[in-house]
Amino acid sequence: MEPWLLLLYLLVFPGFLFLLTYALFLQYADRKMSARMQARVGPPLLQPFADLVKLLGKEVITPKDVDAKAFGAAPLLAFAAVMTAFLYVPVVGLSPFAFQGDLVLVLYLLTLPTIVLFVVGWLSRNIFATLGGVRAVTQMFIYEVPFFLVLLGPALAAGTWSISEIVAWQADHVWFAVLQPLGLVIALIGLQAKLERTPFDIPEAETEIVAGPWTELTGRRLALMHLTMDVSLVVGSALVAALFLGGPLTPWAIEPAWLSVLVGFGLFLAKTFAVLLVLTTIKMAMGRIRIDQLNDWGWKYLASLAMLQVLAVLLLKGWSLV
Amino acid sequence: MPEVVIPIGPQHPALKEPVNFKVVADGEIIVRLELDVSYNHRGIEKAAEQRDFVRVVPLLERVCGICSHSHTTVFVKGIEEAMKLEIPRRAQYIRTIVAELERMHSHLLWLGVAAHEIGFNTLFMWTWRDRELVQDMLEELTGNRVNYGINEVGGVRRDLTPALVKASLDRLPYLAERIAKYTAMASKQRTMLLRFQGVGKLTEAEALKYGAVGPTARASGVDYDVRKDDPYLSYPDVPWKVVTDDHGDVFGRTLVRVGELVESTNIVRHCLENLPEGAIRIQPPRAAPKGEVLSRYEAPRGELVHFIRTNNTDKAERLDIRTPTLANWTSVAVSLVGQNLADIPVVVAAIDPCLSCTSRITIVDPEGAETGTMTWDELRAHGIRFYREREGI
Repeated sequence: MEPWLLLLYLLVFPGFLFLLTYALFLQYADRKMSARMQARVGPPLLQPFADLVKLLGKEVITPKDVDAKAFGAAPLLAFAAVMTAFLYVPVVGLSPFAFQGDLVLVLYLLTLPTIVLFVVGWLSRNIFATLGGVRAVTQMFIYEVPFFLVLLGPALAAGTWSISEIVAWQADHVWFAVLQPLGLVIALIGLQAKLERTPFDIPEAETEIVAGPWTELTGRRLALMHLTMDVSLVVGSALVAALFLGGPLTPWAIEPAWLSVLVGFGLFLAKTFAVLLVLTTIKMAMGRIRIDQLNDWGWKYLASLAMLQVLAVLLLKGWSLV
Repeated sequence: MPEVVIPIGPQHPALKEPVNFKVVADGEIIVRLELDVSYNHRGIEKAAEQRDFVRVVPLLERVCGICSHSHTTVFVKGIEEAMKLEIPRRAQYIRTIVAELERMHSHLLWLGVAAHEIGFNTLFMWTWRDRELVQDMLEELTGNRVNYGINEVGGVRRDLTPALVKASLDRLPYLAERIAKYTAMASKQRTMLLRFQGVGKLTEAEALKYGAVGPTARASGVDYDVRKDDPYLSYPDVPWKVVTDDHGDVFGRTLVRVGELVESTNIVRHCLENLPEGAIRIQPPRAAPKGEVLSRYEAPRGELVHFIRTNNTDKAERLDIRTPTLANWTSVAVSLVGQNLADIPVVVAAIDPCLSCTSRITIVDPEGAETGTMTWDELRAHGIRFYREREGI
């Protein structure tokens, strides 16, 4: 790809500009669908954008005795991490930045916001934030292992560590949602937990610990952290769409090239939206579980099932059935 | 983590009213806790002693925003007892209808709050929407959504026309359908079971020992309901049963409340269908003879008690209000120890606390920023000194 085209990809489409717009749109879709399920009206289309602008303009308050530099840098780090992660996920056709191992990179970049939330909670010198931060990492240790395991399933089966190549493999064969349905289910549960949505909103349980690690975040720090979560939602759902639902590629070639790009983009939108619909329905149909209950359930069932899935992949691969 | 003290309240998202818990927690487990309920002393009892029986009723209606009808009914019932008045049956029936509608809107509100405390906001939105139906009925019947203003000494202030009765009866089937849905959800919904079962356990013996009342006590298997044990209004005429449960936890309290929702719907329907003819009020005398009355009433949250001392005048010489929340507080402190930190909101919410009605007095020293309470002897000495100075003795 030409350097100026790469820059365009990075900054405008499907890079940062599109990513931010789509993140705010998905937030709108999430809120609107939630509202309709709860028999409410819900926000207008530009509400997430208005919220963002309003928060950016608000006063930034640094609590007493808090390291202002680290406190201010933490949300930036989380934001940068998830923005970078998006570059390796196929949106229209395959990612031009793809390399062997970008799957691992994306997974680790997606973990950073949780670590940042813990750091923010710890730095805040506030009992609610500290408790929330501790809960955030405790929860991370529970869902992260099964989540990583099942996302490695497609990589093992396709014999590559690149997301784009896994997508290409699915275009030649069949979606991993068909081959590894258990993996898809666990990946969706893991994503829900990663995004801290009900029933996994334990770290920020409003009625128990105010806002958890978010308690002392104000102004643009809070805005950035919210935006990070929205972008995580896009990256997470795009990742699941790429690994299990065939990403933006179609099994047959489409001529001319511009139509193929358009169809690919449409598929990306449809698939990420489908993932969001599932996540929102889960969020609306349940209450929050307790951290000890999550611990029991996560390690007993989620982790065991994830290992079963990986074992199945390895055995089938060994017998050259897939 | 070592033991930490977590301050909850007086300002906290889980609390809609001011109360303070100092929770000592070891990681996520509660070791012990201190309760402080007195942030909102409003001096209503004293103000009630300054007003005559006509003007005191609207004041008492404002003790609580939810059981507004309870406070006026228990008071006028007590005054009527002191005056030895027999009020018309039609008035009794209308009071009963409003009382049971109030119980329904209170329990629907509670169900939503309990769901919100465990982060189940969909149920919260649903029950509060359906609660609007009850509020609409109350508005049609009494003219108001919150402070109904239907009671006065000697009867009720508004009659129900046949059209109103029919309109209310028409609304009941849909309400019953929604309540049936919530009943099913309360016993089946997965996360609700996870968060409610075995949480905030209170055995029957503990419930009796700490004097729990209302749904809190009934969920621990204590068969105690003033409507049955000391019947008033038209409850003896209506076929209904006391809902009890022996789970003793938040789950049991949910089952009792949804059960009472069903019972209340039936009581309202029965009363509307069998509304007796006749007057709705009689003219009471201006003054009540000297005497003391202990008036009891089953408010949505439990037994509400008004102690009234009358003194041959048109004012109560002493009014003492014991709200059900005060009776249930100690059981919360007991049932929280050893529980998870995450369970505090739902265990507290399970008694359906109404704090501003309960708050009495706390002594605040603005210089030293210290708060405390008075012992009985100190309070008595203070009272004697206060009246001596005022009367110039």
